[in-house]
Amino acid sequence: MTDGAKSALPSLISRQEKEILDDWVKLQLSSETHRSDLVTERDVRNESQRFLEAMRTAIAGGSDIRTPEWNDVKSLLTELSQSRARQGFSPSETATFVLSLKQPLFARIRTDFAKDPGALADATWAATTLLDKLGLLTMEVYQKGREGVIQRQQEELLELSTPVVRLWDNVVAVPLIGTLDSARTQVVMENLLQEIVNLGAAIAIIDITGVPTVDTLVAQHLLKAVAAARLMGADCIISGIRPQIAQTIVHLGVDLGDVVTKATLADAFALALKRNGLTVTKVSAVSTAS
Amino acid sequence: MGRYLLVTIQVDMHDRLAMALQDDLMEQIRRHKAEGVLIDISALDLVDSFIGRMLGNIAAMARILDADTVVTGMRPAVAITLVELGLSLTGVRTALNVERGMELLETAREERETGDGRSQG
Repeated sequence: MTDGAKSALPSLISRQEKEILDDWVKLQLSSETHRSDLVTERDVRNESQRFLEAMRTAIAGGSDIRTPEWNDVKSLLTELSQSRARQGFSPSETATFVLSLKQPLFARIRTDFAKDPGALADATWAATTLLDKLGLLTMEVYQKGREGVIQRQQEELLELSTPVVRLWDNVVAVPLIGTLDSARTQVVMENLLQEIVNLGAAIAIIDITGVPTVDTLVAQHLLKAVAAARLMGADCIISGIRPQIAQTIVHLGVDLGDVVTKATLADAFALALKRNGLTVTKVSAVSTAS
Repeated sequence: MGRYLLVTIQVDMHDRLAMALQDDLMEQIRRHKAEGVLIDISALDLVDSFIGRMLGNIAAMARILDADTVVTGMRPAVAITLVELGLSLTGVRTALNVERGMELLETAREERETGDGRSQG
């Protein structure tokens, strides 16, 4: 690549910054990936202007984006794509920001080097590699932002979905919702056992109404929890087993052993009360009897 | 305590201590004609597979000497460890605290005397 083409890009950008910016913003606003519901025209203009300014300063020091001169541009892009990831932009909508700069830039290059096809090709090539690199950087950051969101949600789910509730003296229940994996079982088990100690519960009901599927692994996890509760001196009842799940358990050949199972939480609760020597009676029946 | 023996484990169990406890306990069951053994492990916060197996063994041996065994006060961490080790101590009765353990021994004894084995607690 000739030195002329190399230095052409910085001088071109600094000379025609205003025009490039105008074209670029217009292009972004008219493009089908523009989200007028999420960003205003002014935001787009501001962001574009800041980016172009930063790029003009950076490109004077060379087009290798690993050099410290590019840190400003990179941090600007990082910030932009992280905030867009959070706002719910799609990947292509985010990437378009940088990639749409190509068209106005190339148009300027073309008019500048109209007489020298070799230099035109060189300059275009330099510009396209540079913008591609920046585009890739945007995508990388965007992905990381999304992954961060997913991870945070996972952690929140883990905390939210394992409550242990006290139903009666000596009776606690764990309503399980969602798929059971090893990590969740561990949390559920620890919470359950701790509550058994805290409340002095003798009967624990594990309700799996909200568990979509039970495979051998889930069944094994459940049995572990039951065994641990039994070691602490509390009896476990598994409730909320839907007909399909009962079929699956039998088809899989899972042996639930001597664990007491009930179809609904109400049945399990009734059994728990009975074991505590309690019965539920209508108020009217009691008052007529007395 | 009456017809029952109460064992509380207060120190970290090591293998030799566990064996000594096992021997001692069997001797005491024979001497006092005990009908039940209650092992309180609420102070125990470290178990290994050996201790877990030993608890199971004590229960089996006591059963042969015609005494019921109840393990009480197991901590959550200990329970999880035993389950992860694959020792669910089938055949050992468990209770949350000593009081409940005593009740359990009483009902177990009654059940056995009536020969029913399924009476309402």
